[in-house]
Amino acid sequence: MNVLTEAAAEKALVKKMNEINYKMVGQDVSVYYGEKRALFDVNLGVRDNTVTALIGPSGCGKSTFLRCLNRMNDTIQSAKVTGRITLDGQDIHDPSIDVVELRARVGMVFQKPNPFPKSIYENVAYGPRIHGLARSKPDMDQIVESSLQKAGLWNEVKDRLNEAGTGLSGGQQQRLCIARAVAVSPEVILMDEPCSALDPIATARVEELIHELRANYSIVIVTHSMQQAARVSQRTAMFHLGHLVEEDDTDKMFTNPNDQRTQDYIMGRFG
Amino acid sequence: MTDMAFETTGKATMAGDARTRKRHAAERRFRLMGQLAVAIGVLALLGLLASILSNGLSSFRQTYITLEIYLDPGVLDKQGNRDPADIAKVTTFGYAPLIKGSLVKVMQDRGVGGEADADMAVELISKEAPAILRRYVLADPSQIGETVQFNLLASGRIDGYYKGRVSMASAELDRNTSPEQLRFADELKEAGILVTRFNWDFFTAPDASDTRPEAAGLGVAILGSAYMMLIVLVLSLPIGVAASIYLEEFAPRNRFTDLIEVNIANLAAVPSIVFGILGLAVFINIVGLPQSAPVVGGLVLTLMTLPTIIIATRAALKAVPPSIRDAALGVGASKMQSVFHHVLPLAMPGILTGTIIGLAQALGETAPLLLIGMVAFVRDYPSAPPEGFFDPASALPVQVYNWTQRGDPAFVERASGAIIVLLVFLLVMNLVAVVLRRRFERRW
Repeated sequence: MNVLTEAAAEKALVKKMNEINYKMVGQDVSVYYGEKRALFDVNLGVRDNTVTALIGPSGCGKSTFLRCLNRMNDTIQSAKVTGRITLDGQDIHDPSIDVVELRARVGMVFQKPNPFPKSIYENVAYGPRIHGLARSKPDMDQIVESSLQKAGLWNEVKDRLNEAGTGLSGGQQQRLCIARAVAVSPEVILMDEPCSALDPIATARVEELIHELRANYSIVIVTHSMQQAARVSQRTAMFHLGHLVEEDDTDKMFTNPNDQRTQDYIMGRFG
Repeated sequence: MTDMAFETTGKATMAGDARTRKRHAAERRFRLMGQLAVAIGVLALLGLLASILSNGLSSFRQTYITLEIYLDPGVLDKQGNRDPADIAKVTTFGYAPLIKGSLVKVMQDRGVGGEADADMAVELISKEAPAILRRYVLADPSQIGETVQFNLLASGRIDGYYKGRVSMASAELDRNTSPEQLRFADELKEAGILVTRFNWDFFTAPDASDTRPEAAGLGVAILGSAYMMLIVLVLSLPIGVAASIYLEEFAPRNRFTDLIEVNIANLAAVPSIVFGILGLAVFINIVGLPQSAPVVGGLVLTLMTLPTIIIATRAALKAVPPSIRDAALGVGASKMQSVFHHVLPLAMPGILTGTIIGLAQALGETAPLLLIGMVAFVRDYPSAPPEGFFDPASALPVQVYNWTQRGDPAFVERASGAIIVLLVFLLVMNLVAVVLRRRFERRW
């Protein structure tokens, strides 16, 4: 009887998931770093043209989950990922999927701005070049310009594209990194605390940018700032000790969460 | 009143406090000790340089006797057919009278000395001189019958006299010279026949035997060292860098790679003479490569240099921030692209510095070369590479070692001169390292 209702509930869930346009879906995702288990059977979907915020106290596994989505955990030798993660219904761990192609489709922006020690132009052009996206120099110029424009940086740097990307201010560097990610036309952009190293003004610029990018991309953002999560996201997922506590509309999460832990965390009682 | 207040509030922040004074004194003491240590180092270096320069700079100048010599066909080509085979039959003994005759003629012209002095005058000229003459004629037989001006080396004792090594008092006791000879040399000098000038031969001539230090040069040693450095560079740079990149960026971390790592660190600490024994056993006895050949020296020095390059390269790769690798992987670069497009260029200055330090070490290495026979007396230049890699040659540090073993004090000067040349080479290599570093350095 019990088994039956569980099966029925699962069926209902699957049906519900099929109704919504999920770009990426993680099913029973667990991550182990050596002996230590960092993530416990997380089921979480990323919706099309939506900003999904991952929140939770430090060490709760939100960055780990984020890095699963473009298989950045592959670079950590001791890390092991189980479960199924799909991009447009296709398993990203499938042997037929090339991790390089995956990372081109699922771009990433890191916590600390990390432009290449090259010119601004080269920073943006690097991705399209290795993926062969530009057929000619004017083509490439076009990609660089539109990427920088999407990242809201074009007007500030158009006259000094040949200067070092590392010479920009912190906020500009982070927007350059966003332009670099956008340049390879990804479908999903992962952002790992993109504003934690920025001042409030630069943060506001990046948040504005996330708003604009939402029209064309699915965005997953890890953040420690409740206000930021509330400002930029439509969906919020709360992690705690490697478990997904709950995931819901951001408005609901911040006003009337189902779980006590979410309530406590948002109110600043732990974390 | 104010004093009282001062005493109650002014604790550790005031200079008068005992603890503060103690702390400041300790700091001063430490700084003084540091300055002392630096001063000792600088003094030692200056002392070393001064002693080498004072001993060795004179080897760059040499005393010559300028003579116009008539290359008499009656002596050199008795058949008169200019056949090189026949000309080669005339040994250096045949050339000696030509020099003597020319010297006597010059002495008569300038009014120096008498007929009786001729024998003593010939002694002034190096025993190498007839050989130089013979080489000249064999290289160009058409000159026979002409009168050619030669700058012939003065003997080591005469050269030493003008460099302060030989004095009238020491000549008294010397079997190879005499005060009369020295006085006679002075007369020749006044007449402009005997001159002291820059000694190019020191850099180009091959080594010479014990009895003619004035003719000994570094030509073969410089060539040998250059060949070896070429081999070391060509082998150790790619192998070392490839090994480091693999170990640092691609290899899984497990017990096996740990073992390799420990062994590389240990290899760097193995005494160089052990590499010499290895070279002797493997490259010469088993593989059968020739002794005294730059190829063997180069291989042995490559083995010695590899750990240095690998350690330096790995340190340079490790110093590249991981965020750069993440950034490259994040835009979809493959592992190899991220290494070759981003990590390696950033690590380049460190790699080049490590390589040049390794090469400089190899250039100054003596012990392993002794074991593979490069200490041999080699007078023939090795031919051009690649065949030349298999010809016998010497090496700069070995030449220094060799010359310090010889009896004639003139070789001490030669050895110091060779050390100066070696140091200049090292200096140039280090400068190249600095320039390359500046060139490739990029900030992130």
